[in-house]
Amino acid sequence: MEIKKTAMDGTLESSDIQITVSKGTNGVNIDLTSDVKERFGDDIIATIKKVASDFQLDNVNIKAVDQGALDCVIKARAITAIQRALGNSEEPAWEAL
Amino acid sequence: MAFKKDRLRRTMMFVPGNNAGMIKDAGIYGADSIMFDLEDSVSLAEKDSARNLVYEALTTVDYGDAELVVRTNGLDTDFFEADVKAMVKAGIDVIRIPKTENADMVKEMENLVVAAEKEFGIPVGTTHLMAAIESAEGVLNVPEIAKSSDRMIGVALSAEDYTTDMQTHRYPNGKELEFARNMIINAARAADIAAFDTVYTDVDNTQGLIDETEYIHELGYDGKSVINPRQIPVIDKVFEPSKEAIKNAQNVIAAIERAHQAGSGVIAMNGQMVDRPVVMRAERVMKLAQASGLVDKEGHYIGK
Repeated sequence: MEIKKTAMDGTLESSDIQITVSKGTNGVNIDLTSDVKERFGDDIIATIKKVASDFQLDNVNIKAVDQGALDCVIKARAITAIQRALGNSEEPAWEAL
Repeated sequence: MAFKKDRLRRTMMFVPGNNAGMIKDAGIYGADSIMFDLEDSVSLAEKDSARNLVYEALTTVDYGDAELVVRTNGLDTDFFEADVKAMVKAGIDVIRIPKTENADMVKEMENLVVAAEKEFGIPVGTTHLMAAIESAEGVLNVPEIAKSSDRMIGVALSAEDYTTDMQTHRYPNGKELEFARNMIINAARAADIAAFDTVYTDVDNTQGLIDETEYIHELGYDGKSVINPRQIPVIDKVFEPSKEAIKNAQNVIAAIERAHQAGSGVIAMNGQMVDRPVVMRAERVMKLAQASGLVDKEGHYIGK
């Protein structure tokens, strides 16, 4: 699937992560900002990549600003941001949940 | 998740469904029930976000022994169906129906829950329901609402909407809620389900919270809704049984055991008849004593 528009979910509050999804042309690119990047960066990126792959996105740019979010929060925010970018966020994405 | 029909429900803590930090911490305050809110605390633009977040939390975070409840959006909204399907799939213990006015609304919710259970391969009957009573119509119909489904575990008063509907507002003495509170507790007991009182909104007024909790405890309520975790120990304290009550309960339970061994269902203790209702009350006292940490596993008193 292809991303058509830019969309976002999450906040910059503690324990949250803000994820912005936009159209990409060169694979799945994830730009992560996080205070715990050194220790958990690979895990955070892997979680987001898994969600992108559940939605079968081949080309997408994802910007993530992490404030110490749990894995389930990262996953939820990624799902919602991608659904919003795909324009189908009314119905839950059963394939990704 | 730990669903049990007959359990302590002294506190039901509200957690805004789109607040990642509060969802993460919800399990640490010792609330008997945790209620994730998809309704009024979530803005219209964030309904999808809250639903996904609560879903992911429910399927991954360990909330211990707490009963997990979700308040979905109303039956008349566009979000309602997706909310119910997602929460049933996540394995929620209880769905709280907002603004319940009659038994038909419970039936409508139940039908959708059954369909979702079938769709996601969850045993039919797993998901329970409770009704929030938020209007004059709801209060007048609460007896039929309480008995409307085998899935019902409780009814709750929601005083903010109710007082608005009644063209009044909340007063410190709670007189404006007297009729509703009495209707709800009677309907709940007649249906053998739990009764939850409304939130006490003035979080800085501890004495006011104690007074109101003592009042609803006296009426027979199971507990109160809570908006701030600080209110949980205050409410638990009101529900704590006295040392004397615990001793008496232990004597009652021992006496009825002796009676059963002798083949009888009733016995006299200190000149008073001990039968089923007295025993049930004693068992509830012991359950509260255990939850309050006043007795150990063997039932020995360890309070101060």
